[in-house]
Amino acid sequence: MQHIVIGAGPAGVVAVEHLRTYDPDGKITLIGDEPEPPYSRMAIPYYLIKKIDERGTYLRKSAGHFDALGVEILQDKVTAVDPGAKTVSLAGGASASYDKLLIATGASALTPMIPGVESEGVYRCWTLADARNIIRLAQPGNSVVLIGAGFIGCIILEALAASGANLTVVEVENHMVPRMLNDTAGHMIKTWCEEHGVKVLTSTKVDAIESGTGDRALNVVCDNGDNIAADMVITATGVRSNIEFLKGSAVNVDQGVVVDEYLQSSANDVYAAGDVAQGKDFSTGGFNVQAIQPTAVEHGRIAARNMVQGHDHVHRGSVNMNVLDTLGLISSSFALWMGADGGDSAEVSDPDRFRYVNLQFQDDMLVGASTLGLTEHVGVMRGLIEGKVRLDGWKDKLKQDPTRLMEAYIASTQALGHNAHVI
Amino acid sequence: MLRALQLEPEKCTGCLQCEMACSFENEGVFNPAKSRIKVFGFHDQGRFAPYTCTQCDEAWCMHACPVEAIVVNQDTGAKEVLDAVCVGCKVCTIACPFGTVNYSHDTGKVIKCDLCGGDPWCAKACPTGAITYVDIDNTGLDRMRAWAQQSSAGSASFNVPTEKDVQTYSQAQ
Repeated sequence: MQHIVIGAGPAGVVAVEHLRTYDPDGKITLIGDEPEPPYSRMAIPYYLIKKIDERGTYLRKSAGHFDALGVEILQDKVTAVDPGAKTVSLAGGASASYDKLLIATGASALTPMIPGVESEGVYRCWTLADARNIIRLAQPGNSVVLIGAGFIGCIILEALAASGANLTVVEVENHMVPRMLNDTAGHMIKTWCEEHGVKVLTSTKVDAIESGTGDRALNVVCDNGDNIAADMVITATGVRSNIEFLKGSAVNVDQGVVVDEYLQSSANDVYAAGDVAQGKDFSTGGFNVQAIQPTAVEHGRIAARNMVQGHDHVHRGSVNMNVLDTLGLISSSFALWMGADGGDSAEVSDPDRFRYVNLQFQDDMLVGASTLGLTEHVGVMRGLIEGKVRLDGWKDKLKQDPTRLMEAYIASTQALGHNAHVI
Repeated sequence: MLRALQLEPEKCTGCLQCEMACSFENEGVFNPAKSRIKVFGFHDQGRFAPYTCTQCDEAWCMHACPVEAIVVNQDTGAKEVLDAVCVGCKVCTIACPFGTVNYSHDTGKVIKCDLCGGDPWCAKACPTGAITYVDIDNTGLDRMRAWAQQSSAGSASFNVPTEKDVQTYSQAQ
């Protein structure tokens, strides 16, 4: 059996490891188009602040990890897939045959449609190569404009602020991290950033990036009339699944590769996992691209199993969740954090201390949550949501004090003295 | 034979000796806030529940880690955080559905129970037998029995607090 996995990110790497477990004798080829060993984009912010070296971003640390697994790593770019002939075409001109194919090509940072976005000094923050450019230009006294205050924008703020550069963040929505937090929490993050010396412009659109006059190489023109002189502009305006090479093939694509509950695409023996896969969402039952690390890993594991063992493992849907560190202020969000139809909610807010917990219920179950400033027992929100834990009387207690999540979980799931009737 | 922490909340009196021992062993301070095991109080009912990582087979934290900073200790079965490798991204803290991996602002890394390398101090410090370190095959039985018990009427008396020797802490050990 020849397995080909396209993409050397977390989904692809976890997939080849599981393929080897399930198919000890099969041939496994991992194709990635970047020159470095498989690395984690999640680690790039920590590379930017020099907490780790480049090696610290590698997904697997032991030398010879993939050799030991008998996984062949090929640096090349797949340009087309032919599910009829069961081949993939490579940019180098060669083609390769597969019995089972996994598409794990991930996503790429979008380049916003702004005049001048291709100018020298304008970067995305997505690859190790991008990170090297950013480190070079983020210098004390330099002016840096960050376009987009989403997840990636916020997570690289610390590195940019630590560099000593003067920072301006421009976000088109009315609050920061709009796809992860509501406006209450988003406004608290904005205040936090401003208190840490970052200028934040929300509800503001960049109209153009022009050549600068004077010392600064660039001039950022905003729709509120502001002109910001900048040495570097970083765009972080979202990501898009890497599906271009599938256009015209028998593999159906929408936001990402359309997959079923076994992570198989519309083409037989072609599967997809991770940021490129439009997989099942635990909360809605719908299929969408989540583009998060835990989902990529879950996809990789389940797809590998189904590729080898036949379709014996149903993907029941991944919980969408995020955790974000914005200049030391930690936020998290889970599942239906924006609320569910017919549901109700509980909220506690302490803007002066940057603390916030918002819980979303349906019946007596937690279906979504978002927090600010919480670092203890955060995962229990996943446990309550994914476990569909019946809170019974604890829902009322949580509505009075949403921070009592852990007690609610333990009391609802464990044999305590009082519910075990043993004392 | 692998061993595991057996937690029996019905025996817990909420004395917090486990938290004191854990924080001193692992962080060098007597500070329950830095403990990896936590006792949750249900004060309106006078109940307490010690709670920490079960070193679960699913190992959500370990699999979610993007930089291979959580590994299995082959001797103890514990999932251990490698401080030198952890970047502090916190993905494990949201991935663990039991809520037992926490982020530390002090270190910029995550913290979880590592069974003290196979000699867990919470169990040694617990004076009532609510926390014991036993063969892994035995940990489920009393829990299941207690869970099954909840639907039957009346109270059972098989699992009352028991007196046991308390080992005192000495850094030389």
